[in-house]
Amino acid sequence: MSKIEIKDLFLIFGAEKTKAFNQLQKGKSKSDILKHTGCTIAVQNANLTINDGEIFVIMGLSGSGKSSLLRCINRLVDPTHGEVVINGTDISKANDKQLLEVRRKVMAMVFQNFGLLPHKTVLENIGFGLELQGVDKSQRDEKALYSMELVGLKGYEDQMVSELSGGMQQRVGLARALANDPEVLLMDEAFSALDPLIRAQMQDELLALQAKMKKTIVFITHDLDEAIKLGDRIAIMKDGVIVQVGTSEEILTEPADDYVASFVENVDRSKIITASSISLKDPIVARFKKEGPEVIIRKMRKRNLTLLPVVDEENKLIGEVYLKDLLQLRKQNEKHIDSIIRQYSHTVHEDTIIEDIIPLMTKTNSPIWVVDENKEFKGIVPLSSLVFEVTGKDKEEIDQLVQNAQDL
Amino acid sequence: MIERINIGKYIEVAINWLTENFASFFDALNTGVGGFIEGLQFVLNIVPFWVMIILIALLAWRKSGIGIGIFSVLGLLLIWGMGFWEATMETLALVLSSTFIALLIGIPLGVWTAYSDRAHTVLRPILDFMQTMPAFVYLIPAVLFFGLGPVPGAFATVIFAMPPVVRLTGLGIRQVPESIVEATTSLGATRSQLLFKVQLPLALPTILTGINQTIMMSLSMVVIAAMIAAGGLGEIVLKGITQMKIGLGFEGGIAVVILAIILDRITQGLANNKNKKKKK
Repeated sequence: MSKIEIKDLFLIFGAEKTKAFNQLQKGKSKSDILKHTGCTIAVQNANLTINDGEIFVIMGLSGSGKSSLLRCINRLVDPTHGEVVINGTDISKANDKQLLEVRRKVMAMVFQNFGLLPHKTVLENIGFGLELQGVDKSQRDEKALYSMELVGLKGYEDQMVSELSGGMQQRVGLARALANDPEVLLMDEAFSALDPLIRAQMQDELLALQAKMKKTIVFITHDLDEAIKLGDRIAIMKDGVIVQVGTSEEILTEPADDYVASFVENVDRSKIITASSISLKDPIVARFKKEGPEVIIRKMRKRNLTLLPVVDEENKLIGEVYLKDLLQLRKQNEKHIDSIIRQYSHTVHEDTIIEDIIPLMTKTNSPIWVVDENKEFKGIVPLSSLVFEVTGKDKEEIDQLVQNAQDL
Repeated sequence: MIERINIGKYIEVAINWLTENFASFFDALNTGVGGFIEGLQFVLNIVPFWVMIILIALLAWRKSGIGIGIFSVLGLLLIWGMGFWEATMETLALVLSSTFIALLIGIPLGVWTAYSDRAHTVLRPILDFMQTMPAFVYLIPAVLFFGLGPVPGAFATVIFAMPPVVRLTGLGIRQVPESIVEATTSLGATRSQLLFKVQLPLALPTILTGINQTIMMSLSMVVIAAMIAAGGLGEIVLKGITQMKIGLGFEGGIAVVILAIILDRITQGLANNKNKKKKK
């Protein structure tokens, strides 16, 4: 179910917004518009649907408009054109009172530079949102203490925030956001100011928290690894335009353009790509009971194979057969393959990542069978696909390498 | 012969027009402010001098340390010994009331310049003007509006002493980090909550520095205002000048310096305490 919907959103900075917007609609380039009106286009025609309970990551380099887009969601910045629909109401047209209500009850934001109040204690900072709502002290302390416990800050209540390390300060920022019990968390480069170790730890904790809380989280980052680790879905932005939206696997396997492709080039794909992405769907199989040696040999010869998986009538994997056994069987004029079916060596699930498939490859010469939980046959991961995936080279390059090796 | 450009003529016309048309307004102001100043002078003078010395010394000690506490006792005793106690209290009353009025107008103006770039641009040259115009010049319209006495003195003092607190209030609020303002707004703060719960508290050390400067400038102006019979220590200094009594002039001057140091250290102590708390 969609929680936030962003429709045709434009955000333009500068004095002559309307003029700039009209010129943009006429298809003028950004540099022309900057020259004529002095306006910069931060977000251009953004359309997004963010679902209830997901972590949605918006990723892009600095200046890509990702933080500006996020600020349109709680209207720290007013969009120039378009709608931001939250729970069915368009926040971009809300009046002051409605806006205040949405900021207090529906969403909370976590900032890169924390944005904590240096003149207040940790507890006062966390309860600050409730203080603004006029919640009395005992009640807001109770809620603040609860959210402190959630983020692992127990015992720090009376410290001044400036005494805390960066990681701890961001926990305060997160606890402050959670204290309002919002439906939506907006996180603007929330972990970018932390050092790598603390950052990884905070990411893990956020995921653990999210498993419990099931909030809708919109997370901004410039770091692809962070996006992949956290995001159920990722939107990639460039120069104010959303270039691609998809799961991390979709973005890695089918980058929408060269920009995204160059972005994902250096990612450790073996941790993200799963068996289903590199398997052959509908490969040839030997059907137990239905097919005898003659048919199966024919199938193998056609494709130049020496090995086939065997499935039963329910398409469940029961074993594998070798060409040499089949030839033997034919000689004996045997019509059933029962006797030569061998136990299959390895199977993986569709969502097994490549990193976990590679070790299997060293123990077998056969392709790797892909099945689901009920042993139903789903496909084959050929060894060649694994090689392509791991080396990042395509078939021709590999063939060339093999040729070279043989020439030696 | 080239005729002299005569701006003064127009200013004169404007001031005269104001005097004629707003006479009742100035009268009301005169009565109100005059009553306030006289009341304060009465209170300060009714307290026995030794009680006052103890109170001021305690305050100085608490805010700025034992050294300033001791200095306050000795300095104020010297003033009393020179026979200037009453004049000093008159001056103090005038400084405090002028500062109070200057803050009453200056802090909101400062907030306004922080919020509105246009206000900032318009007010900046006006503040420059107020601060750099030779202080004596204000005495002339002050007399035209209010006659002689402490009220025109306070009027001239407010104009001369207000700029620092306006500037530093604006600066202090503008210096509050954007991320804190955004965070507060994102939590659903109204504009007044943002101002009173976040911006003013965080700007307080800077604002206190402005208040300190305003007090110091008030003190210097109050002495000059003796020329229009504002009374106090300035009168003693003025007598020293007009009657060529070197000794009397310096005695009055020393009393002013002592008062200035005490007021400065107390208000600076306030600002520093805030800073320390923030850093802690």
